[in-house]
Amino acid sequence: MKTNTTTGDGFNIEINGTVGTPFTDNAKMGSRNCDVFYADKQAIFDINLDIGKHEIIAMIGPSGCGKSTYLRVLNRMNDTIPICRVTGEHTLDDEDIYAKKMDPVLLRARVGMVFQKPNPFPKSIYDNVAYGARLHGLASNRSELDDLVEASLIKAGLFKEVKDDLQKSGTGLSGGQQQRLCIARAIAVDPEVILMDEPTSALDPIATALIEELMDELRQNYTIAIVTHSMQQAARVSQRTAYFHMGKLVEVNATDKVFTNPEHQLTENYITGRFG
Amino acid sequence: MPFQTLLITLVALLIFSYFIGHKRSIAVSTLHKGRRNLHSRPHYYGYMVAIWAGLPALLILFLWSAFSASMVTSLTISGLPDSMQLKTHDELGLIINEVKNIIEAGQISNETDLVKRNAAIHYQRLHNISSLAKTVVVLVAALLGLLLSWRMIKPETRARNRVEAVVRWAMIGCASIAVLTTVGIVFSVLFESLHFFQSVPASEFLFGTKWSPQTAIRADQVGGSGSFGAIPLFLGTLLISLIALLIAVPLGLMSAIYLSEYASKRFRAFAKPTLEILAGIPTVVYGFFAALTVAPFLRDVGESMGLSVASESALAAGLVMGIMIIPFVSSLSDDVISAVPQAMRDGAYGMGATQSEAILQVVIPAALPGIVGGVLLAASRAIGETMIVVMAAGLSAKLTINPLEAVTTVTVQIVTLLTGDQEFDSPKTLAAFALGLGLFVITLLLNVLALHIIRKYREEYE
Amino acid sequence: MSETTKKIQQGLKKRYAREKRFRFFGLLSILISFTFLLVLLTTISSKGLPAFQQTYIKLDVLLDEDVLGVNKTSEHQALFAANYGKVIKNSLKTMFPNVKGRKQKRALKNLVSKSAAYDLRDEVIKNPDLLGTTRSFWFLAKDDIDMFMKGKIDRNVPEADRRIKDYQLLWIEQLMTEERLEKRFNTVLFSAGDSREPEQAGLKGAVMGSLFTMLVTFFLSFPIAVAAAAYLEEFAPQNNRWVDMIEININNLAAVPSIVFGLLGLAVYISFFGIPRSTPLIGGLVLALMSLPTIIIASRAAIKSVPSSIKEAAVGLGASPIQVLFQHTLPLAMPGILTGTIIGMAQALGETAPLLMIGMVAFVAEVPSGVMDPSTVMPVQIYLWSDSPERAFTERTSAAIMVLLGFLVLMNLFAIMLRKKFERHW
Ligand SMILES: Nc1ncnc2c1ncn2[C@@H]1O[C@H](COP(=O)(O)OP(=O)(O)OP(=O)(O)O)[C@@H](O)[C@H]1O
Ligand SMILES: [Mg+2]
Repeated sequence: MKTNTTTGDGFNIEINGTVGTPFTDNAKMGSRNCDVFYADKQAIFDINLDIGKHEIIAMIGPSGCGKSTYLRVLNRMNDTIPICRVTGEHTLDDEDIYAKKMDPVLLRARVGMVFQKPNPFPKSIYDNVAYGARLHGLASNRSELDDLVEASLIKAGLFKEVKDDLQKSGTGLSGGQQQRLCIARAIAVDPEVILMDEPTSALDPIATALIEELMDELRQNYTIAIVTHSMQQAARVSQRTAYFHMGKLVEVNATDKVFTNPEHQLTENYITGRFG
Repeated sequence: MPFQTLLITLVALLIFSYFIGHKRSIAVSTLHKGRRNLHSRPHYYGYMVAIWAGLPALLILFLWSAFSASMVTSLTISGLPDSMQLKTHDELGLIINEVKNIIEAGQISNETDLVKRNAAIHYQRLHNISSLAKTVVVLVAALLGLLLSWRMIKPETRARNRVEAVVRWAMIGCASIAVLTTVGIVFSVLFESLHFFQSVPASEFLFGTKWSPQTAIRADQVGGSGSFGAIPLFLGTLLISLIALLIAVPLGLMSAIYLSEYASKRFRAFAKPTLEILAGIPTVVYGFFAALTVAPFLRDVGESMGLSVASESALAAGLVMGIMIIPFVSSLSDDVISAVPQAMRDGAYGMGATQSEAILQVVIPAALPGIVGGVLLAASRAIGETMIVVMAAGLSAKLTINPLEAVTTVTVQIVTLLTGDQEFDSPKTLAAFALGLGLFVITLLLNVLALHIIRKYREEYE
Repeated sequence: MSETTKKIQQGLKKRYAREKRFRFFGLLSILISFTFLLVLLTTISSKGLPAFQQTYIKLDVLLDEDVLGVNKTSEHQALFAANYGKVIKNSLKTMFPNVKGRKQKRALKNLVSKSAAYDLRDEVIKNPDLLGTTRSFWFLAKDDIDMFMKGKIDRNVPEADRRIKDYQLLWIEQLMTEERLEKRFNTVLFSAGDSREPEQAGLKGAVMGSLFTMLVTFFLSFPIAVAAAAYLEEFAPQNNRWVDMIEININNLAAVPSIVFGLLGLAVYISFFGIPRSTPLIGGLVLALMSLPTIIIASRAAIKSVPSSIKEAAVGLGASPIQVLFQHTLPLAMPGILTGTIIGMAQALGETAPLLMIGMVAFVAEVPSGVMDPSTVMPVQIYLWSDSPERAFTERTSAAIMVLLGFLVLMNLFAIMLRKKFERHW
């Protein structure tokens, strides 16, 4: 968007480290000196950030600034991209998640992920939710599995709608239902952290509201990091907000502060809609 | 004039027409204020005249040549004495063949059988008339076309549009050849099959369990008492195809998975084309290898284990055929697997699946319809494969599902029935067409089904 | 560490073992195919390589004018008809004077091929001055001798089960000590047509037959396929029933078993149109129909890849659609079309089954010189030779396969080069 600001287009402003409060005392996850490269191209520059226990942290910023890339650092999803290289220290409960003895499979069970586009497997609703439990051998018999599926669907707020159709295909649901199914699938393996990459961008306002409500409930038990393009959504659901810009973490502050009184000029430019 | 001479004459005429058309257009244009008021560029007028002169004449030439033989034959037959007319179709065919042989050998005057001699004279006369008439008609058509179109050349004649219309129709004609081919196949196998089912009931063919066409060709027998139960052939085909698929599907699928999900770029760049070599080797080479190396090897292995393996076992043929269709299965599966959206894999990895779990539990189920389509195509290939089974499977039509025994297949029987000297109308040869009909129908159904499934699958992930 | 984490950790070892196994099976599948390919190629070449050599025997032949019944001044006709076999037989007799009995005498005569007499005749006709003199000539050895020289006949086998008997072994030993046996490059394989005698059988007839057949196939299928592809890509109306039908038919024809095309050829071309069987003409007609779908599909892809901006520019200059096609689209698409055509031709070159139906399995000794001469083609020749009982034919079959594969490799290399050279990034 073109505007008549005195600060130009905003891209000329220097970024010297992160302003605000990127660190917390009760960190569930944390990164220090994080750089990410796709082949020779650097996508993330020296990010330092803690994510607190039972908090929802929102990550905002213009398209292509590296939000998704950073989120995928946290559960080592970037390992599946051959050209991607991650450096720095990253911890989950003070364990180094890029350590040799850390198993990515186990890590991803502990740090679940929900994607931008709902991606239920082409299986029944039941099998979708039971997928992780079966994979990891979490249920020892059928009735345990049934209970787990039911509980997860209830937590994801989907059970009422689908309880009679558990054997129907997950791909036959509406977009909003599919995304809640993916959330149910993620929480069925009882993760400690849930990473959500624009979980509502493909959904209508009603479905979005349902999922936002759900996140608030999930906060009791889980730690959540959510990437979103909707500032209203960030303001509604999160306690802290992190603003990314061209691969750098510009500002992290309490959500109220970011949206009412941002510390950094770039953040202000972004939330007032001057670009992005 | 013989065919070739006539053809060459026509081509020469064609070139000539082009030049006079070209010249004429320039001539008429200068009368009317220069070339600019010509509707089209001069060479289009040349093409136009050439097309008019050549196209109808060529059409007549080809059609006449194609049908004159059968016309002359049937006219000769109707010219035979009335007593001969009552003979069967087959016998008449024999007589005509003899007559033709007499003419070819130049022995007309030496022929003692008066009927045949007259027929030969008659035949030759008709033939000469036809040939002369053909020459005249073709040349007249060419000259007429030339003259008419030449007179049509005026500055306002839209030569380009006319030429382009002809080109366009020619293109449609070329594209339609695919349809014509199918029609030709259907008619040729259907027609001869119907002929066959007049002497052998369809029920015997479809449900009979005894196949021994050889007894039917004793010289004194027409029709004959051979058994034409095709069940053993279809069973044999099924057995060998099944063995082939049991080898090709797992190996091909696993190869595709390894290449697309695990292999390094360099390994893939080397392995993929190498695998494709298997698809480029002619089947006769596989057949030779199966008969000469694989079958004796299997027999020896069987012997050492105390099993008796036939030297032309179904296993040997099926095994080699399986290897042959591996690249077919793997390249189809490769396409299908890479069409599965990345989001599906991400979903699985995000849940903490290992690579093989993601592949086996998510990617393959998602790709399943496409893979099934590919397997059906591979099955159709295996069923229709000929040379490997001709060379490595046997001729004995046994009703067995033991892969260590020798079986025969539909294609083997078609080849056996139709190679060597043959009477076109004996049930033995006609049986080959009935088998061909069966083969065509089965493979067609498989193909249509497979293509349908694959298309549906593609649409889903588009 | 939570309960869940512990549970997951317990299962991990097993899951990774499964992962490793799965990966191993993937690699194994590929290696199985590779092994098969390797075994196939090495078997064929180890069997076929010896066939590129052939045993020759040196004989001192007295070209006795009395025995031959001709002299230096005789007419060509007389020279041609003289009994050269007799002088060869005499020369063998002088070399091995103690041979007794009909069986042994016949075996002695069969040391050299029947073609020896013709070779000698040609020499004499070329130079009649040879008559009356004694000269040394190298003659083609009979296939059994050749097989023995190549180590294919084991002398430790009991005599009764051996093609070469003990007395023949003695002859061979004598010939060897006199250095009258020699293996040379097998020119016959490339200069002769088929023969019932293995040592006289060559591939030239089949190679020429294949060449003529491919010419017919090419000149029919290439223009038709290109026209069809151009129509379907550039002119065909959308949602037209006939066009849909054409497309469905092309896709289906690509998967119809090749043998069915042979039936079509037999019923339509031979029975109905009366085209002579066993000729390259009919073979080419059948193979043209078979290779049409391949070439059409490849040509369509090539035509599609020509960017529409180029076509639009030409249309903007006032060219008609047909002019655009011939002047811009086709030239630009030609490398792709040709690549597809070569691949289609390579398939046709290796095709055997449909040709069996249309009489190309007939035994033809002469090398064909046109599309109307009876002939066979390379893959069919392979089939025919592989069916012959003589050992020497097994070797020649493998050699023929090597030649055929050589042609296919060349064609594919050419296609790859074409693609590399003209690869365009619009
Ligand atoms: N698989 C990949 N290969 C190469 N480069 C990539 C890949 N994924 C992302 N990138 C690059 O990394 C940078 C950051 O991308 P990322 O997807 O993290 O941005 P984002 O903030 O999530 O954007 P959006 O809001 O549009 O989702 C971009 O410049 C992008 O081009
Ligand atoms: Mg993103």
